[in-house]
Amino acid sequence: MGYVAIKGGNIAINESINRLKFERLKGEEIIEINRIKAGMRGMIDQVMSEGSLYSEDLAAIAIKQAEGSLEEAVFLIRAYRSTLPRKHYTRIIDSCEMFTERRISASFKDIPGGQILGASYDYTHRLIDFDLLDETKEDCLEWLESFKSKNSIQWSDTNLRQLPKVSDYLRKEGLIKSCGNNDKEPIDITKKNMEFPTERSERLQILTRGQTGAVTSLGYAALRAYGALHPTVGELRIGSLPLYMQNPLNTADKDEDNYYIGDIRITEVETFIPKTIDKKQGKKEIDFEIGYGICYGQNETKAIAMSILDQCLETGDINYPTHDEEFVLLHIDSVESTGFISHLKLPHYVTFQSKLDSFRKTHKGERYDEDKL
Amino acid sequence: MKISYNFAFFDEGSKREIRRAALKAVAIPGYQVPFASREMPIARGWGTGGLQLTLSLIGKDDVIKVIDQGSDESVNAVNIKKLIKKTTGVEQTEKTSKASIIQSRHRIPEVPLNEEQILVLQVPIPEPLRLVEPSEYKTKRLHAENDYSGAWLMLFEQIMKYGSMSTGADHPVLVYGRYVMAPSPIPRFDNPKLTCSKALILLGAGREKKIYAVPPYTEVVSLAFDDYPFRVESFENKKCRICGATEVFMDEIIDEKTGMASYQCNDTSYCLKKLNNSADNQGGDISERI
Repeated sequence: MGYVAIKGGNIAINESINRLKFERLKGEEIIEINRIKAGMRGMIDQVMSEGSLYSEDLAAIAIKQAEGSLEEAVFLIRAYRSTLPRKHYTRIIDSCEMFTERRISASFKDIPGGQILGASYDYTHRLIDFDLLDETKEDCLEWLESFKSKNSIQWSDTNLRQLPKVSDYLRKEGLIKSCGNNDKEPIDITKKNMEFPTERSERLQILTRGQTGAVTSLGYAALRAYGALHPTVGELRIGSLPLYMQNPLNTADKDEDNYYIGDIRITEVETFIPKTIDKKQGKKEIDFEIGYGICYGQNETKAIAMSILDQCLETGDINYPTHDEEFVLLHIDSVESTGFISHLKLPHYVTFQSKLDSFRKTHKGERYDEDKL
Repeated sequence: MKISYNFAFFDEGSKREIRRAALKAVAIPGYQVPFASREMPIARGWGTGGLQLTLSLIGKDDVIKVIDQGSDESVNAVNIKKLIKKTTGVEQTEKTSKASIIQSRHRIPEVPLNEEQILVLQVPIPEPLRLVEPSEYKTKRLHAENDYSGAWLMLFEQIMKYGSMSTGADHPVLVYGRYVMAPSPIPRFDNPKLTCSKALILLGAGREKKIYAVPPYTEVVSLAFDDYPFRVESFENKKCRICGATEVFMDEIIDEKTGMASYQCNDTSYCLKKLNNSADNQGGDISERI
């Protein structure tokens, strides 16, 4: 009866776990956590984003433990997250205060503050660099030295902590409607189960925790055919945001009493999406709507896809699955989708036996005979 | 940065939150109470709903039993038991009668439960109407409006197509005359054990983030028509090849050599107990008989 034998399950399972450890160690090399942190930035960012926990150290341990399997690492982080009491919430951040490392706009060539390319794969050729095969620590230090000396003479009068938003410019020009602040306290989706229809705060949380691949695919579907939106990236920013917490003993709500608790590095995207608005007497008008995407670390594709989906779900066009909040929000979580798919590996012999009984009842003794086929 | 985990994994605040949802579920039999389901160290879909209930309820004096598809030693049962052991250190048992909390996937034990026990069932899809209505928003309304025509139609269509109801496990039930409930995919054979159960039955769906309950001594009726009554899986003329039991849920075992089917108790702990109780079999090892 294979792995559902009445006795012996325990022994087999322990051996399987040993075997797994063997797979991790059989190469006789150990990756130190600081090496993962130094060299696996993309993975760490993705694990923190999907794991919904900002800690490079924990992400690095999870990546090591999971042998680089992202779904497994995210799973570890999320499970750990469940054991942490949620005692405080950070204050609202104005993302204008971001210390910007990279900032581009596809809408305007010349934006106030200028385009800042920062670090990106976008401008590289994806050719495997065979020199990396025998890169040494000396090479690395030497390169760093020369890089730093070349960059030290640069100066600029741009304040990287106070860059204006491209969307603010459009608002000032009267090209997009300015909307008031929505000061409603956001719902914490990890404390309260989502109920439909959802609020935007819930949607944004689910989207930003979503599996990178799933968010990208659904965003792509909306872009390609299902809704055929064609958004323009108004502004994409990478940088760090300072986080503050209210002094729990002093509720006077003064900014200067807040505690600074650290920075998070994020990707933030605002896309402009043209919408046709029906006016009186059959006239139509084009308006711009804004889609918003944000995620931990540098993950530009996910953030852009998120901004598309944010806009799709705001519209809620019933013709497209990508605009259906249940379809999108209930299926993009890594832990949920990988968990349920993988549960198919569990024995199902009670349920299957039950189905067999129905099969036999409906077939009334008839059998599929191989000879007749 | 070495960190040790709290008793029963969760922080106390989380446990309290889950218990509050469970209490609400007991107060409204069969109603699916939404709760902030946590990610667990075992995969979503592998019993995290049940596990969250168990860990929120467990105290140091509890005795825990975990079964998966009737077996105490199935991979997943072992896994869950190990986690509970690791984070609580409570006593474990395979004897149904000895356990104070029984977490189970897809089966209700053959040994009748008592008032001191809690049965926790793991649920993959808690929504009995999901097959007929994919939208959560709509099914919630259907429950509120007591509109279960979808469930009835599903059964009716099965009769029209196949000549009888063809539900496998998870045949929908009506709880306390009000809510239609998915009994987790327990086989139809176990449905009758739900009604007026002496033990509290809690059902937890981790991925779908719902908790619901059948409180003790609550009427639970399997949906059926007057002319097409509810029928459990038939094991007529079959008996367990190990302990000789009849009228229990059985696994069909195919002999590799002869290709013949034989049957044995699905509930392994029941089978073992029956063997140990028969006079000629004191102390026998179950594995020798297979």
